[in-house]
This record gives sequence, structure tokens and C-alpha cells, in this order.
Amino acid sequence: MSKSSEEVGRSQTRPPVRVVLAKLGLDGHDRGLKVVARMLRDGGMEVIYLGLRQTTETIIDAVEQEDADVVGISMLNAGHLTLGPRMVEALVAAGLDVPVVIGGIVPDEDLSALVDAGVAGVLGPGASADEVVACVLAAADSRG
Amino acid sequence: MIPVSAVVRSVAELVAAARGGERRAVARLLTLVERGGAVADEVAERSWSALGGITEGSTDGSRAHVIGVTGPPGAGKSTLVAGWMIRLVERGCRPAVLAVDPSSPLTGGAILGDRVRMADATAAGVFIRSIATRGHAGGLALAVPGMVRILELGGFDPVVVETVGVGQVEVDVASAADTVLVVVTPGMGDAVQANKAGLLEVADLFAVNKSDRPDAADVRRDLELMLDLSGLTGHHREGVADRPSITSTVAITGAGLDELADATETHLVNLATTGTLVTRREERWRAEVRSHLDRLLLDSSHQLVDALIRGSLLTGDESSAGKSPAAVARGLALLLAEQMTEYLDGVVEDDR
Repeated sequence: MSKSSEEVGRSQTRPPVRVVLAKLGLDGHDRGLKVVARMLRDGGMEVIYLGLRQTTETIIDAVEQEDADVVGISMLNAGHLTLGPRMVEALVAAGLDVPVVIGGIVPDEDLSALVDAGVAGVLGPGASADEVVACVLAAADSRG
Repeated sequence: MIPVSAVVRSVAELVAAARGGERRAVARLLTLVERGGAVADEVAERSWSALGGITEGSTDGSRAHVIGVTGPPGAGKSTLVAGWMIRLVERGCRPAVLAVDPSSPLTGGAILGDRVRMADATAAGVFIRSIATRGHAGGLALAVPGMVRILELGGFDPVVVETVGVGQVEVDVASAADTVLVVVTPGMGDAVQANKAGLLEVADLFAVNKSDRPDAADVRRDLELMLDLSGLTGHHREGVADRPSITSTVAITGAGLDELADATETHLVNLATTGTLVTRREERWRAEVRSHLDRLLLDSSHQLVDALIRGSLLTGDESSAGKSPAAVARGLALLLAEQMTEYLDGVVEDDR
């Protein structure tokens, strides 16, 4: 991490990074996402929390209206190889240049497929608050 | 490949696109206004002239009906607003919502959760933007009117500003509206609470949400009693003849939301026929001038004050240390007046 969370939060030059967080698809487990929301908040970011059972369409509406910098989707239902790339494609198709970070249970052998599909970052179980914040900030910085 | 959104558009282009109803341009302008500074000033300038100043509006579509919604945390404001806005879409309106939630004073971060309750409204086409208070003094009071104007520019009407009624700033921001709705619920306390100054005084309309609860009738009675006393003491918001109406709602079932929509429209009509609408909009205009002036004063003073405080007070300068804070402040104010003149000369140069 190049900057501590506090520096980013208090930065006078950089406005807070805005992140849309959602559970994509049929998956009722949002405890992890709520923890991530809190980590990002404490990392000085503005979290637009959508919650459970979102679709690529509802996420795109939110990204567009909120002028978000990053999309974070959480999946614990093994749907990441289907829905992760679909989220990236949907954003591109909508003309939105917004990176996608996936959090959840993602086996190591699936990582390269997600990276190839254009996913900006993957966070698994046990990621520390600093790692989560750094990953989302890096995604935000990767934006064109 | 360069996505469309990556193409950087000028403020003038964005304003033109927003006027054509392009949601992405509206969203981008909202960001620019929220960030403040010189770009926000340019956006304000262009959107102000595009809208043509203060008008009666709404009847000719040139200005939106601005509705402030506030109330204690957990009163059901977001759920209520979502259901209400869906009904307005069904009535042919094009509503937008600015949902304000607090930033952490420690990290500057925020969790903006209003969209969780507003998923159906998003699906119905309601434009929703979440705003964090971002903590800086007067920033919200400066940003929100500018953001409302962008939504008006985008053709949205009504524009709802929803805040948690926990601080003076939040209440002030929601009160800077044509119509102010205060949402209350059972279990908030008795008639004495209802007569405490603050939140309830600013209301043009009340919604008693969660009215399916057994003690909802008590809340209604306490509110009526409070309003009786207001009538007795002759106290009411300036320019308002009507006693605020009270609508019982159950936001999660939708009960009372049609009545609420009717009450709000009636209030707008009453404002327009009594001439209060223009008075209120002029008052908002003056409040915005004050907010901008506050910012100019703060900008020009902070740097000097910081330097003086750090330099002279903390290093134990003989001339300052040991004096009372008020005495030091008066001394600083004289220095400020000089610096302000130089600073404002610079700003005026830039404007030319």
C-alpha cells in the first residue's frame, strides 16, 4: 500500500473513491460483504451498498447514477466464473469504464480465467482490511 | 478500445447532454458539483443560466418541485420515498432522489445504504444519487442546492432530498425545499418530545410511518396537540398559512402513499396560489449566497489561521501564548481582513 487508509480518507486533493457493493445473483449470504463495506468505509471510501440479489442491470443503474469508481461483487455460490465475466461484459457494453473486484470463495485455479475476463481484483477469505482497501484502490487507479 | 464514458467532456457539453435527459451526463455533473472548487463554480454558472433563474416552475416544467424529507434514523424514510416515487412514476412524473448519509468524521468514509430500500424505485426508473456529508463545514449546504439544480436540468421533477434528521446541517439541507416532509414513527416519545424545538418545526407535512403499530394513534394525537399549540402561540414557518397535514403510512405495504403523494401535490398548489413558492425560492437563493460567501471566507482564512496557530501558538510565541483564545482570534481577524482583500482581488481577476 502506498498510502495509509487515513491519508486517503483525509486527502485534500483526492475525492473519496466511490464503490458500489452488491451481491450478484442468487446468494443470500451478505455478512462478508457487510464486513468489506465497513473495511472500505474505514479506508476512507464512500460505499454505495446495494445488498442482496442484485442483477447486472441493477448494478449498472447504480454505477451510472452514482458515478462510481469501482464495482465490488461478492459471490459465495460458485457463480463467479459465470457472473464475474458477465458483469465485466455488461459494464463494457454499457460503455462504463469501471473496474470490477470480486470477493468470495474463488479457487486458485479460477483466478487466471477471471483476470483474462477483465476482472480487476479478487479477494478471498482471510484478506485483511489493508489488503481489501489496497485492492479496491488499485482497481480505482487502473481506471482510464 | 476507449469506452464512451472515458471520453472527457467539457462542462458545456455535459450541461447540454444533461438538458437532453442523458443520465450519465447528469451523474457526472453531480460528481463535479459535489467535489466543489472552480469546476463546480463553472457547472453552477452554466446550469443556473440554463434554467433561467428563479421561477414559479413546475407548472411550465422549467423548475422542479423540490421536496425535503427528513426524520429520525430508522423511521422508514428510504422505504417510504421509494414507494412514493414509484407511485409518482405511475402518475407520469420523472422523479429523482438525493439520499444523504453521514460520512465518518474519523476516516472520511461512508456507507450509503439508501439504495438497499430503493431497488424497486430504481427498476421503475427513479434516478437515485447517494451523497455522503463529507464533513467539511458548510460543504453539504453548498453542494446539495447545486446538485438539485443539475437534476432539474436533467428534467427530473420532483426532486427529493432525503436526510437523516439528526443534526442541524441535515435538517437545514432538507429544509431548503419547496415542501418539507417530516417522517415520524410510534415509539419516539410523548407530547413533550413533540414540542422540543428542531426537527418537527420545519415540517410542511407529516407522515406517521409504521402506522400499523398499535401506538400510532398516540403519535398522531401528540402531533395534533403540538400543532394546536403552534396555532395558539402564533408560531409557524414564515409565509405558511396552512396547518401541516398528517398522513398515516405503512411504507412496506404502500398504505397511505397515494394520500401522501396527493398531500404533497396539494401543498405545491397552495404554495403557488398564495405566492409563497416564489418567496421560498428567493429565500433559498439568499441562503445559497450565504453558503458561497461562507466558503469564500473560510477558504481565505484557513491557510492564514493554520499558519498562525501552528507558528505562533504552538511554538510559544510571546505575543500569543498566554492570551485568551478570544483575544487571539480578534487579533487574527484584523490580519484576515487585510488578506481577504488580496484574496478576493485575485478571485475577481479570475472572473474577468
